[in-house]
Amino acid sequence: MASTLALKILARASGVPALRQGEIATCKVDLAMMHDSGGPRRVKPMLEKLGVGVWDPSKIVLVTDHYVPAVDAESAAILDLTRKWAAANGIARFHDMQGICHVILPENGYLKPGMFAVGGDSHSPTGGAFGAYMFGIGATEMAGVLATGEIWVRAPGTHLVRWTGALGKGVSAKDIMLKLCRAMTLSAVKYDVVEFAGPAIEKLPMIERLVLANMSAELGAQTGLIAPDAVTRDFLAGKGVELADADLARWRSDPDAEFTRTWTFDAAELAPQIAAPHSPENSDAAAAHKGTRIQQAYIGACTGAKLVDLHMAAAVLKGRKVAAGTRLLIAPASQRTTTEAAADGTLATLLGAGAILLPTGCGACAGYGAGVLAEDETCLSSTARNFKGRMGHPKSRVYLGSPYSVAAAAVAGEIVDPREFLA
Amino acid sequence: MTAPGTRGRAFVYGDNVDTDMLAPGLYMKFGIAEIAKHCLEAIDPDFAKTVRPGDVVVGGENFGMGSSREQAVMALRELGVRTVIAKSFAGLFFRNCVNLGVAPLVCAHAGEIAAGDALDADPLAGTIRNARTGAVYPCEALPAHLLAMLEDGGLMPHLEKKLKRGAA
Repeated sequence: MASTLALKILARASGVPALRQGEIATCKVDLAMMHDSGGPRRVKPMLEKLGVGVWDPSKIVLVTDHYVPAVDAESAAILDLTRKWAAANGIARFHDMQGICHVILPENGYLKPGMFAVGGDSHSPTGGAFGAYMFGIGATEMAGVLATGEIWVRAPGTHLVRWTGALGKGVSAKDIMLKLCRAMTLSAVKYDVVEFAGPAIEKLPMIERLVLANMSAELGAQTGLIAPDAVTRDFLAGKGVELADADLARWRSDPDAEFTRTWTFDAAELAPQIAAPHSPENSDAAAAHKGTRIQQAYIGACTGAKLVDLHMAAAVLKGRKVAAGTRLLIAPASQRTTTEAAADGTLATLLGAGAILLPTGCGACAGYGAGVLAEDETCLSSTARNFKGRMGHPKSRVYLGSPYSVAAAAVAGEIVDPREFLA
Repeated sequence: MTAPGTRGRAFVYGDNVDTDMLAPGLYMKFGIAEIAKHCLEAIDPDFAKTVRPGDVVVGGENFGMGSSREQAVMALRELGVRTVIAKSFAGLFFRNCVNLGVAPLVCAHAGEIAAGDALDADPLAGTIRNARTGAVYPCEALPAHLLAMLEDGGLMPHLEKKLKRGAA
């Protein structure tokens, strides 16, 4: 029976030869990732009430990223509880203040094709960029996974999203996703899976592919998959993880697999995209928003502050200055990102332009950390969500764009097409 | 969960009600009592003050989109809401509802419900009766394993029961 990549992974994880769409499968979890917000502070009392420990500490990855660094008694207590729980439960893969969970996993080579993984965060589909079936769950369900090592899944359909051609200068994976949020809407996929394919996707480096899988969450997908290829293999080889030819051959949709729907787009035609408040679905070409004044430009989060994102910003900011009356805040997605950006000169370019460097972590993206907005303020952000009040005051306005677009707006003091700065 | 026959008033919102509206990030470091005070304040500042136990929240498409934070469900439960009705739910929010013993009812007729309507929701039967109009709306049937979880009051009591049975 021809099968999609999604169903192949779920069949493997549930120990059956094949699955049909709609079947309920109980899958064994290969990796469970938690962070400080939805992690120990929530699951500890539940496990205690059940009277059980964690099923397998070696399959758990724990990250502090939401409340770092502590700024008050509440956040300090959450971090303290997280550290003590990690020690008490023998969690070896505990990454304390080292970066955002969705970036920590790839950086450390924890994900590989065919894995079945859950994360206590809605952007957990990021792991799908490796051809791993990874999705987000709530804390109660995480407690269930920690207790049993298992979770139920309804075998999903797959939307195949093909991008032909190649992205132009100043256009990135983020623009692909903002375009898709509008073209596909946020409610069409209905918790099925999105699989990205086509020449434009094959050309993207791993770090950009992460953005596609990451924002599959916005499309309402359970996960967003990219079949592994030579790019995946080379990236993982750099992390000490070797993939065999058989892995690449096995973890892909069969040529005659049945898809719920096939969507096709031409990357060459894609202009930089901006999503207006208060939904990623409100996207349009950046030029259509030209003249929108901003007070804050924000480069941060799992979606938009990895090394390649800082490189995009630096390409725009080199030799330029942030406009008066506008602030550019940058919260790198991991400590490694900051270190590498310092080593290759990127950080000097950003700071030279007047950017303000914030601690690594989830930061202002979800209104938890430094950089939240006041009433009536407008921000252009490289993050994934611009829901009402998400980054601060309920009457603040968040636009979404690529790091190119955010940097360009910081220089102009208003939204512009970033290609104007990339001649 | 909602005891059959429990009547509640409808609080009606549109498409894409998100988790940040239900549990705003600014208050996430606090306990659920504090978060619940701010539930839906971005779109309805009076909601948390006026909602009463047994009331029902009604949405359009993609209810609960966004974060995995189950405080989005817990805030509603804290305020006494045991049933959420929508044309469709975000998958993660839907799972969180069942896990926490709040019934997510997918109902094609959600758009026919007006604010303040008195509703009798029966998650086990999969029906909603609108006392104002007399209409009975069918809902999508929940799979058996989720009905069992709802009947037990959510995933934790469900697991407790299972573990006890396993140990016995």
